Amino acid sequence: MKKLLLASTAATLMAGAGSAEDVKIGILLGFTGPLETIMPHMADSAELAFKEISETGKFLDGSTITSVRADSTCVDASAATAAAERLVTSDGVLAIVGADCSGVTGAVLSNVAVPNGVVMVSPSATSPGLSSIEDNGLFFRTSPSDARQGEILADVLEEKGITSVAVTYNNSDYGKGLADAFAANYDGEITLSASHEDGKADYSAEVAALASAGGEMLVVLGYIDQGGKNILQSSIDTGAFDTFLVGDGMYGQSLLGLADMVEGSLGVVPWAEGEGTDRFTELGTEAGILVDSTYTRESYDAGALIALAMAKGGEATKEAVAANLLDVANAPGEKILPGDFEKALDILAAGGDIDYVGATNVELIGPGEAAGSYRYYTITDGAYETIDIR
Amino acid sequence: MDILNALVAFTNFVVVPATTYGAQLALGALGVTLIYGVLRFSNFAHGETMSFGAMVVVLVTGLFQSWGISLGVLPTALLALPFGILVTALLLLATDKVVYKFYRKVKAAPVMLVIVSTGVMFVLNGVVRMIVGTDDRRFADGARFVVNARDFKEWSGLSEGLAIRTTQVITVVVAMITVAALFWFLNKTRTGKSMRAYSDNEDLALLSGINPERVVTITWLLVAALATIAGALYGLDKSFKPFIFQQLLLPVFAAAIVGGIGNPLGAIAGGFVIAFSEVTLTYAFKKVVTYLGPDSWVPDGLVQLLSTDYKFAVSFAILIIVLLFKPTGLFKGQNI
Repeated sequence: MKKLLLASTAATLMAGAGSAEDVKIGILLGFTGPLETIMPHMADSAELAFKEISETGKFLDGSTITSVRADSTCVDASAATAAAERLVTSDGVLAIVGADCSGVTGAVLSNVAVPNGVVMVSPSATSPGLSSIEDNGLFFRTSPSDARQGEILADVLEEKGITSVAVTYNNSDYGKGLADAFAANYDGEITLSASHEDGKADYSAEVAALASAGGEMLVVLGYIDQGGKNILQSSIDTGAFDTFLVGDGMYGQSLLGLADMVEGSLGVVPWAEGEGTDRFTELGTEAGILVDSTYTRESYDAGALIALAMAKGGEATKEAVAANLLDVANAPGEKILPGDFEKALDILAAGGDIDYVGATNVELIGPGEAAGSYRYYTITDGAYETIDIR
Repeated sequence: MDILNALVAFTNFVVVPATTYGAQLALGALGVTLIYGVLRFSNFAHGETMSFGAMVVVLVTGLFQSWGISLGVLPTALLALPFGILVTALLLLATDKVVYKFYRKVKAAPVMLVIVSTGVMFVLNGVVRMIVGTDDRRFADGARFVVNARDFKEWSGLSEGLAIRTTQVITVVVAMITVAALFWFLNKTRTGKSMRAYSDNEDLALLSGINPERVVTITWLLVAALATIAGALYGLDKSFKPFIFQQLLLPVFAAAIVGGIGNPLGAIAGGFVIAFSEVTLTYAFKKVVTYLGPDSWVPDGLVQLLSTDYKFAVSFAILIIVLLFKPTGLFKGQNI
């Protein structure tokens, strides 16, 4: 009996200690392609989380996390699939932070992640289509689905008592998805829902059609540095519409450039605020990361969630990530802010529960996607003015 | 009142933009037609010449603005135009010397020159993008509107607004001045007459002692002026973006061919025919019909013949129809 006890203790120790190892996690983002300027900051943010967790020395008995970067290209599904295949089969990563754009994320998920049982946590894919994709519980995202934004856009109009609008959207997965989500939630009349192509100099024909259809307001779901801005300009110039409701792609400094003309217009953009966000800003700035870039907070949280899920499972395996990710992200448990990993790992080691709050107030709902909070703003006196966060 | 509203809506969304666009196309088509008439080939690089000229104007305008030079209510770009024309002229003369001169000397077939000009187009395209990048640039300054939509509504008491931008007026006025000057040059001056003679019959022109190289040089100078003005006005009115000039090439060629290629008057008519058909065929007439029809007669649809996505298809269709039924164009140009 004594021998048996000793042997089992030894076995547990062996398994538990497992000796400190090198845990590999993939970062699959579009380092080349249409969003290449924001990707390095996203990758840096995810790696910051890995570094902080490794440095506590308490992650799976002193294991360290090494990240392996790969290029998703954002638009080329076959290149992204090949890159992911390499991460999983040759580099042997246990989970992937990514991918970035909705199209390639779906492709990588069904071609690589699901067949290999690897978890993907996307910081930036927002297409509503990914909510219902067949994922075997392996897909999570720290960014909210555009379905939620569509709901909020519709709510905003209904609160204002606006019963008839014209909609113009960017001709892409993003624009189409968001326009559909909006149409599904809006009870008023949509006089015309027309797509526009980016990269043209003249949108007067598009605006003429929208003006002819009429409506109290024009809903613009495009990109501010592309067609969206020209549509606004042309609408104002011809007097077709005076006020606008704009989606998240229209949030930017260039919009304020038109501020005196779009006075009183409304907009919605994903937003995070609170203690966690401030802490991340502090830590990120210290580490030399451009924290105000898009989706850096979501990337940090994606990285942290994967590592904490492993810690909760007590082993560095693919299965541990899949089984525990929702558990560490949501209540109940001790709230964990960015940088609090030592505390988190202590609690997990003692078998306790944590509720990772992170930089974006992470709360994963439905099939494992962020509930997301949005800032509902108006443009007054040439500046953004928050009406509320919802 | 309703008839007035219908009229104002139609003017605001069809007549004003189509007139401006037509003037820009006409200037572009004049350049194409001059090259065809004198040098006898279709210059596919013309769109990029416009782009290059507009780019120089954008850069010089930026320089003037940083020096605090302005024209008050008028856009500074007008002041930069001569510099744009000058630089573009140098570029065109250099291209001619390096590229086209050789093919003229060996009396290459026109189709060969077309291919050569396509090559020039790609090179110029790259040069422009290397110099200013691919971003959208707005360089219009000064007063934005001659007639403002909101003010017009208040003044007239109508429910429809009418907006006329300063750049639209400038486009039309500058185009008229340019065309008048060109016609005066071609019809009244000795050099202009020698150009027309060379275009009509090369051998007879040579016999009467006209220097062909001089005619070619002057043609390129005129083309540089026309292309720069057309490009700068288009950029001023809309926005300057290097990519769009390749899209603009099709309507410009359609305008030149519809009017009768080689015929300057035809180029102008062609420009307006193409512009008005593009805008009218893709305009949604719902509002106009609602105003004009009886109260109960409100159309459900948009009353739109073609979706706006098919704008370019309109110029293609007109081009094919004209080539099938009247290959010399509306104004008896040369047969192609």
